Amino acid sequence: MANQYKTSAWNRHSRFVSDHLATGLAVLSTILVVAPLIAIFIYLLYKGASSLNLAFFTQVPKPVGEAGGGMANSIVGSAVVLAIASAMGVPLGIAAGVFLAEFGQGGRLANIVRFTADVLNGVPSIVMGVAVYSLIVLPQKHFSAFAGGVALGIMMIPTITRTTEEMLLMVPHSIREAALGLGVPNWRSVLSVSLRTASPGVITGCMLAFARVAGETAPLLFTAFGNQFWSVNIGQPIAALSLQIYVYALSPYDEWHRLAWAGALVLIILIVVSVSLVRYVTSRGVLKGAN
Amino acid sequence: MGVGIKVENLNAWYGTNHALLDINLHIPAQEATALIGPSGCGKSTFVRCLNRMHETNPLAKVTGKVQIGEIDIYSDVSPVEVRRRIGMVFQRPNPFPTMSIYDNVASGLRLNGFGNRRVLDEVVERSLRNAALWDEVKADLKKKSGASLSGGQQQRLCIARALAVDPEVLLMDEPASALDPVSTAKIEDLIFQLKSQYTIVIVTHNMQQAARVAERTGFFLNGKLVEFDSTHKIFTNPGDKRTEDYITGRFG
Amino acid sequence: MVLCALSIFAIVALIFTELILRSQLTIAKFGIRFFFGSAWDPVNNNFGALPFVYGTLVSSIIALIIAVPLAVGVAVFITEMCPRMLRGILAFLTELLAAIPSVVYGLWAVFVLVPILREHVDPLLIKVLGWTGLFAEPNFGIGMLAAGIILAIMILPIISSLTREVMSAVPHSQREAVLALGATRWEMIRLGVLRNARIGIVGSIILGLGRALGETMAVTMVIGNSPQIVKNLLAPGYSMASVIANEFSEASDDMYRSALIEIGLALFLVTIVVNGLARLLVWAVTRGAPPRSA
Repeated sequence: MANQYKTSAWNRHSRFVSDHLATGLAVLSTILVVAPLIAIFIYLLYKGASSLNLAFFTQVPKPVGEAGGGMANSIVGSAVVLAIASAMGVPLGIAAGVFLAEFGQGGRLANIVRFTADVLNGVPSIVMGVAVYSLIVLPQKHFSAFAGGVALGIMMIPTITRTTEEMLLMVPHSIREAALGLGVPNWRSVLSVSLRTASPGVITGCMLAFARVAGETAPLLFTAFGNQFWSVNIGQPIAALSLQIYVYALSPYDEWHRLAWAGALVLIILIVVSVSLVRYVTSRGVLKGAN
Repeated sequence: MGVGIKVENLNAWYGTNHALLDINLHIPAQEATALIGPSGCGKSTFVRCLNRMHETNPLAKVTGKVQIGEIDIYSDVSPVEVRRRIGMVFQRPNPFPTMSIYDNVASGLRLNGFGNRRVLDEVVERSLRNAALWDEVKADLKKKSGASLSGGQQQRLCIARALAVDPEVLLMDEPASALDPVSTAKIEDLIFQLKSQYTIVIVTHNMQQAARVAERTGFFLNGKLVEFDSTHKIFTNPGDKRTEDYITGRFG
Repeated sequence: MVLCALSIFAIVALIFTELILRSQLTIAKFGIRFFFGSAWDPVNNNFGALPFVYGTLVSSIIALIIAVPLAVGVAVFITEMCPRMLRGILAFLTELLAAIPSVVYGLWAVFVLVPILREHVDPLLIKVLGWTGLFAEPNFGIGMLAAGIILAIMILPIISSLTREVMSAVPHSQREAVLALGATRWEMIRLGVLRNARIGIVGSIILGLGRALGETMAVTMVIGNSPQIVKNLLAPGYSMASVIANEFSEASDDMYRSALIEIGLALFLVTIVVNGLARLLVWAVTRGAPPRSA
């Protein structure tokens, strides 16, 4: 009776083959996925690095046909729009995150807020631009950096909310209890102690949201709109790096293509640095203060 | 039918941690052998070396010889073949939750290419009967999932699953430690019945259990096999002082 | 604090109501036929959004067909097969793919991908698979296939990282149970991991779909911007997000703008449903822990 179910040689062979085939396909997939990534980065470096000179960072675009010029106005414009976005998105996001973590565990209201934040996160960026256009640009009757900032700020909120909640939930109860034990009323204890403990994580969450919206173009199409000239007026259309790359890429001028590549390289470097920093901080133990 | 197991100079490591030191023993065929010892003594590691599950850990290393029946499992055959011929039941029942009871028991055979409906039906029924589970589940074989049973039933399902591929040896790593006393008693009865057909090695930290079901018992301590003898001798007149200390509850 | 949390709700409500209000004109005029008409004629105020719905669906489906096998393959490799040291690097690289902005993908697609398609890939496709009617002349490189490919690269990281997460959530005991029966490594992955995680994997695929549906810039740059419905995948097409991006600034009268906003509203509603479904499925497998990537 021993081993009456003897596996056939065919069965053993085909399973051996399938196992190795599966491994091969998995390796192949990995190569196929990593390859475009490397290709894109190499291309960006190759095409963009040669155009990155001082002029790029300090000059505005020259008229069509003339060589040289830079994207200074776009870089500054992006900075302005992102500043407005952060001023709006960070406080709202953190506040909502604090609410969810401290007062909202299991509550119905909290679940609705969480679900809504998820919905907000999934809104296509172009739809966000159209909505903010309706809400701000139309009544004001002109495009503005402010409108662009609002659109990007709204898009930052869900990410910041979620990360803040996650980070606050990781703060051990013992720290909260210590503050309460000292006779501090609940909401103050939350703010001063828990937030300070979780602050490295919360900050990285904000950086992540920042890096994500820094490259967004669609929401700015009908809000910030873009500007060929130097402007830092938040009530007027303003240039943005991502917008300008889009316009230049689709133009028929080689000179502008060159600028587009350089701008893309700058954008990528900014984002990669932020993402790497975020990863470094989260892996190194965000909650050093909590230990 | 079960076969005997001969272990010679078995050493096992987890990275730099030397978990088993020079283990030598002979486990007789068609008997139940219990392995006892305090937590961390290496008994689970030892059992996992018998079906080459130890090496699934990336830091694992094994030297020595383990002969099951006529075959040296570390040099004559592939790990897949070894595990096919040796069944294992784990501490926590782990039936496949996405499969029905029938599919759970049949999974081992299907892997090995047996798809014939009649054969599978027959094997599933026989395995479930051997595992004392048939009467309880025969009405819902294909309707209920493996995870919808109680803890004790799940463990018997896992035993049936292991028996379905007709193994020569059945390894049980603390099979009743996660179960209530009633289910534990059922499992022990089961082992009593199964040992006439299979060679059973059971790891347990419950000395009464070892005394109840096993002919032979081995006592492990700090990675070494301290004593290996008939169960009766180990529990009434142990040869080594350390065994005596453990039995009488001085530690562990 | 509560006010701030409620403000999120207010923002979403505002967006929703604005979209509905500003698309009233075309909703009133065309009703549901808006999405079944294929004539997009701003001059004569006749608007049918079918070409854009078609374009969005087809480009997304192409993206899924390409991305899903690759994403699952990478996830399986990273989680179950690759040596410890490589795991972190590979995970980081796939995360980087997700961080590249849409417009940069578009830039690369226009100047690198499209010429490769036009000169090497498309002629091959026409020669070998031309009989299906899916690949035919004229071939400019840009078109539905180009859009599908760049979309595939963009949704790959999210499907892959979510699949990795649900695969990691499968308890180790399941893997051991399969191995102990005498299974090869692939059988262990198939029966012990993928089978248990399949609901979550479907969820991650749907999430990828949701991302593909709303993707704007890269698609706009390579899809060709031609509102036509043809079988030929090498022909230019148009997507819902692209028509809004391209024509919104030039929409001179209210009816035109209303039509575009109605398309935006439809996109908004569809992505809510798709994303909601996806999150439900992923949550069911990981039991409440919210996925960290979006």
